[in-house]
Amino acid sequence: MDFSAINPALLLASLLVAATPILIAGIGELVVERAGVLNLGVEGMMITGAVTGFIVTIETGSPFLGFLAACAGGAALSFLFAVLTQLALANQVASGLALTLFGLGLSSLMGQGYVGLKPPASPKLDLPLISDIPFFGTVLFSHDAVVYFGFALVACVWATLKFTRVGLVLRAVGENHDAAHALGYKVVRMRILAILFGGACAGLGGAYISLIRVPQWTEGMTAGAGWIALALVVFASWKPWRVLLGAWLFGGVTVLQLNLQAAGFAIPVEYLSMSPYIITIVVLVIMSADKSRAPASLGRPFHASS
Amino acid sequence: MLKLEKRPQPSKAYAYTTPFLAVLATMFFGGLLFMALGKNPIEAILTIFWEPLFGEFAFYYRPQLLVKGGPLILIAIGLSLGFKAGIWNIGAEGQYIVGAICGAGAGLAFYPMEAWFIFPIMILAGAFGGWVWAMIPALLKVKFQTNEILVSLMLVYVAEQLLASMSLGLLKNPEGHGFPGSRNLKDYPSAFNEEIITGSGMHWGVLAAFIAVIFAYVLLNRHMLGYSIRLTGEAPRAAKFSSVNPARLILFCLGTSGALAGLAGMFEVSGPAGQISIDFNVGYGFTAIIVAFLGRLHPVGILFAGLLMALTYIGGEIAQSNLGLPGAAIQLFQGMLLFFLLAVDLLTNYRIKLVRKEAA
Repeated sequence: MDFSAINPALLLASLLVAATPILIAGIGELVVERAGVLNLGVEGMMITGAVTGFIVTIETGSPFLGFLAACAGGAALSFLFAVLTQLALANQVASGLALTLFGLGLSSLMGQGYVGLKPPASPKLDLPLISDIPFFGTVLFSHDAVVYFGFALVACVWATLKFTRVGLVLRAVGENHDAAHALGYKVVRMRILAILFGGACAGLGGAYISLIRVPQWTEGMTAGAGWIALALVVFASWKPWRVLLGAWLFGGVTVLQLNLQAAGFAIPVEYLSMSPYIITIVVLVIMSADKSRAPASLGRPFHASS
Repeated sequence: MLKLEKRPQPSKAYAYTTPFLAVLATMFFGGLLFMALGKNPIEAILTIFWEPLFGEFAFYYRPQLLVKGGPLILIAIGLSLGFKAGIWNIGAEGQYIVGAICGAGAGLAFYPMEAWFIFPIMILAGAFGGWVWAMIPALLKVKFQTNEILVSLMLVYVAEQLLASMSLGLLKNPEGHGFPGSRNLKDYPSAFNEEIITGSGMHWGVLAAFIAVIFAYVLLNRHMLGYSIRLTGEAPRAAKFSSVNPARLILFCLGTSGALAGLAGMFEVSGPAGQISIDFNVGYGFTAIIVAFLGRLHPVGILFAGLLMALTYIGGEIAQSNLGLPGAAIQLFQGMLLFFLLAVDLLTNYRIKLVRKEAA
């Protein structure tokens, strides 16, 4: 066992990288849930985004186009969910599960010819001067653009929900869809848009795993990240900034256990690999004491019958 | 313009026909998918649905129908009880793994002793393992209102790691020349889940699945507990006012589905699979979710749905070797089925009406 191999600055830097996929997917799901829709298909949308992003990047050589395609792929899959739950009024839990099963199948079919390839490296956003600051430069200022985009996204979602008219309508739809409908807001349209946004975010988060974090394509590579993102929303009590906090916590656990594995820690590898999932459960238990913050219409179907 | 009008009561006729509609729609769009992959769609569909039953080698494939259908039915029956009451156990895959580990572990503990009581002990151990694994989300939900969907799912990943650890460590075959995986139970007669009728595919797990179907039917139609389950699902408010105890219901539904999934895992490891290995689980726990919905959460429906799903597994394997259809295409095909099933359910609960737009 050799703890000196673990460099705290690199550890924190890789924490930010490990947190980014679940952060982006989680903030997208937060918007969906604030609109009153429970989409359990995050895992399926993430893996679809991972594979579309990977394929487009390999074919065009441009990670930027790859990320765009991943957003489109995730959103396209979430559109299926939107049609099922908003137009065909299907059960949201079952539809979300269907989306995950479908996405896992679709992605492994699409990714068949791409196993083992290496995508072109995404350029790091090297900010001159400040990335040379000893400790903080490595931790904070030597990342790729998506990491910063994740932060910006959290800020945008927070500001939109809190200060804008769209945010207010979205929250109204999520808290009481009948009242929102009576006021003349388009409940179904708002929810479909929220679902598409969530899908695009999940796709982007997935592509971050296949293009930067790993970077290669293997079947089922998201390995439950989508479900952790769902847990993250509960952990955050549906508040944007807390998603950031939660993502760091899970990112930290993941990175730490990987480092302990590499350092040859006395606990067997399998038990270390379990730890992120077990910690998720423990955190869920702690946070589920406070249910008051959940949007009141969460998971309830809406049909304008009158 | 099309308009949806809620039916005062779900249509009985549609409730029975929608699963068939969904299967037909899946065949049609699945055919399109196979065409996009450069295969002859009719040939592919026939290979999947016809070949295993009536083709040249049907004598070999028909028993497989029971071998693959057994665990699917067993798990789906358990899941359907919870789904009916709005209790979502989606971690059956994990309970299946833990059941298999406990069952195989109990059997291997006696190795090389031969005795009649070893197999019954393994059955109990398998059910117990699955039950314990499902009691984790159940107790957390009852005590702390933790979301059972997320907890049961997280435990699948934990169980997969546990499986890897077991096949590399505690249960590893000491005479296996260092390869991962346990002793093969096929070489240990007292622990082997033999076919009851040779060559039929009918092993003890399939029998257990049939018994579970009967039990579930009786429970739901003739028993107070089954009535509480249905009441909670169909009219939660009424259930609250009557004396339904939600905590008891959660513990029962999750516990039963866990025990049945554990049993399925135990019968699989001691029979068709033969040993604990890293890639022992093949996703039956997730496919069983589709089976439960395809069977409309009805025990008899699940029986047929399980056999149909087994057919797509077997047919998919044939299509894979004969037509070079990718294995993932079958997985996609199964996912598609669930989609269409949920979509056509609209017809059961709503009437679609054509209305002319009136002047406002």
